[in-house]
Amino acid sequence: MEKEKVEEFTIKVYSENHIGLLNRLTIIFTRRKVNIESLTTSEYHIPGVHSFTIVINTTESMVKKIVKQAEKLVDVLKAFYYRTEDIHYQEIALYKVPTSALTGTNEIEKLVRRYNARILEVTPDYTVIEKTGHKEETQELLENLKPFGLLEFVRSGRVAITKPMKELTTHLKEKEDATHFTQAEN
Amino acid sequence: METKKGKQPDRKEIPPYGTEITGSEALIFSLIEEGVDTIFGYPGGAIMPVYDALFDYQHHLQHILVRHEQGAAHAAESYAKILGKPGVVMVTSGPGATNLITGLANAMVDSVPIVAFSGQVPSNLLGTDAFQETDVIGITMPVTKWNYQVTSAEELPEVVAKAFYIASTGRPGPVMIDITKDAQFGKVKWNYKKCTKIRSYFPYPKVDEEKVEEAAHLINKSKKPLLIAGRGVLISNATDELMQLATKADIPVTTTLLGLSAFPSDHPLHVGMPGMHGNMAPNIKTNECDLLIAIGMRFDDRITGKLDEYAPQAKIIHIEIDQSEVDKNVKTDVALVADARDALRKLLPLVKENDHKEWIESFEKEYEHEYEHVIKPAREAKGKDIKMDEVVHLISEKTKGEAIVVTDVGQHQMVAARNYNFKRARSFVTSGGLGTMGFGLPAAVGATVARPDRTVIGFAGDGGFQMTIQELGTIGHYRLPVKMVLLNNSFLGMVRQWQDLFFEKRYSFTELVNPDFIKIAEGYGIPGQRIEKRDDLEKAIDTMLATEGPYLLEVAVMKEQNVFPMVPAGASVSDMVTK
Repeated sequence: MEKEKVEEFTIKVYSENHIGLLNRLTIIFTRRKVNIESLTTSEYHIPGVHSFTIVINTTESMVKKIVKQAEKLVDVLKAFYYRTEDIHYQEIALYKVPTSALTGTNEIEKLVRRYNARILEVTPDYTVIEKTGHKEETQELLENLKPFGLLEFVRSGRVAITKPMKELTTHLKEKEDATHFTQAEN
Repeated sequence: METKKGKQPDRKEIPPYGTEITGSEALIFSLIEEGVDTIFGYPGGAIMPVYDALFDYQHHLQHILVRHEQGAAHAAESYAKILGKPGVVMVTSGPGATNLITGLANAMVDSVPIVAFSGQVPSNLLGTDAFQETDVIGITMPVTKWNYQVTSAEELPEVVAKAFYIASTGRPGPVMIDITKDAQFGKVKWNYKKCTKIRSYFPYPKVDEEKVEEAAHLINKSKKPLLIAGRGVLISNATDELMQLATKADIPVTTTLLGLSAFPSDHPLHVGMPGMHGNMAPNIKTNECDLLIAIGMRFDDRITGKLDEYAPQAKIIHIEIDQSEVDKNVKTDVALVADARDALRKLLPLVKENDHKEWIESFEKEYEHEYEHVIKPAREAKGKDIKMDEVVHLISEKTKGEAIVVTDVGQHQMVAARNYNFKRARSFVTSGGLGTMGFGLPAAVGATVARPDRTVIGFAGDGGFQMTIQELGTIGHYRLPVKMVLLNNSFLGMVRQWQDLFFEKRYSFTELVNPDFIKIAEGYGIPGQRIEKRDDLEKAIDTMLATEGPYLLEVAVMKEQNVFPMVPAGASVSDMVTK
């Protein structure tokens, strides 16, 4: 059999905001030895609903199984997986450089302009630069800032908004309509 | 009950709604509201307030005091499997809760509804490594369908209602509720409402009518169909519907290990059990059928053997309530994601009456071959040593297939599954997916508590029997009428068999030096006898069945008997070996 190709997938999970759910979700990945590349969680605009954005590198057959397992959890409302072309996504990166590196040269300023980054804070000791974008972009800026004595770097998990127009509430309504909540007698 | 030095319980009745009660009382009343009549448990420090409340309501809720918490879990599983309603477990914090893990894992993989309650240290001590504190929620997460920690009395009734709803609906499973001591002591205004819906939980997907039509079409045009029925048929009470489908469309039925007793073993359309130690016909025919209709089963690797060579020629219909099982192992052509009974009721009117005489006869040929070469030589053994098969076969005849059969795990389990002639549904209790040695004895406890009116035969091997042998204490204490049949070969037989077949007969740590089991039973006040000769077997079985209360029959069986036929691990189902 041909070996299935490994791709990057973004999983979106919508759930009740219950203690321990993050743990229950990550167990699904660890049990199958799938590494989580990034994970972001936040409140959704529907009251009481939480959303998780999880990035993994795996095969499509594995991501399908993972999404089904996630959706099987009692407190999960719905789970989806997307390829990169199906979502709009961003990550945010912060860079701390010594302020002295900015004085006497405009190299850092040029980088900030070129990468569409911005300076967040300047103190006598250090300066914080912020850049939003895809991982490759924030990584490139990181490489370029290293020669200036970079002090600290941090990148967030991915946040993603999907391209399909169907709303979560519509998905949920459909799912509810397709469910008996007690065993059917018919 | 012996309470010579303590006070007698006050027989109390549940107060009206609105009365202020404690969390502990709320738990007891909630259980009664859920129709619970039995708890399997073991008290300890962190659950004492609940046990104190239980004391006065024993006339509503019987409590079976097991001898180890693992026993409580397995007993509750067995109780649940036989009665089709959740078994209830109660334990203390820390070691009490961790001792449940094997039982929860077993219930999870075999889809058994149990609701387990553990005491927990007071909420102000959570996370401080207090005495007998463990992270029960964290530890039980991978082995429960749902779990929840209760930290205030007000939450209790609603959480209990939710626990029972989740455990028993959809694909059933274990639920663990951890209750801090302050929640047990706290006050709540008594009220109870059963749970019938949870926003994020979709237990019974509705049958897709188009898919039903597709499935019916495949069934109607199939020349060589085969039904494979799993535990889902028993869970959804679909045994009648299964029978109707099989007889209307004239389709042979094979029942998985956990599906045994969902279809009468001696029915002309029953073709035995599939899988590693199943019958030859259903395994071989899996790779000859043109349509495989799998109901309430999950294509476990012990059933499929080598996946690439599992029914590659067949169309596959999978009737399964759990969406995540569809296409997990075997790719299906039509999936009916629904409750088995619901799906079958929708399917039946669209299925045409049919006749597959020749196809069914081809199973009989395979059976005859197996009977001549495997079954008969084992059931009618001629040598000096007693074979396990003859014991099970004789007990099957003596009990007319009417008993509840409980097994442990290993060779005797396969022999029991292969040789007992099941006539009634929900009559076989075994540990399937997890293969838990030590399951049998406590499960036999649960079976007799569930159905004191039926004969319960508990088969075990000498290895597994000793893993939970302390439950003889429970059996002796309550005089539970378990007929224990210990098939003693002084080996961990199944492992030895694999060593024999795949590890050059290197019997690495599988031979057991055993105690005098009859003396041990005697110590618990349980009568019994050991037999070593075939001539003594029938009389011994008669004595056991005629004895009121518990009985231990130890049969010294052939030391190195291998269970056949067998699909060697990693082989195709059609490559069964008979020796």
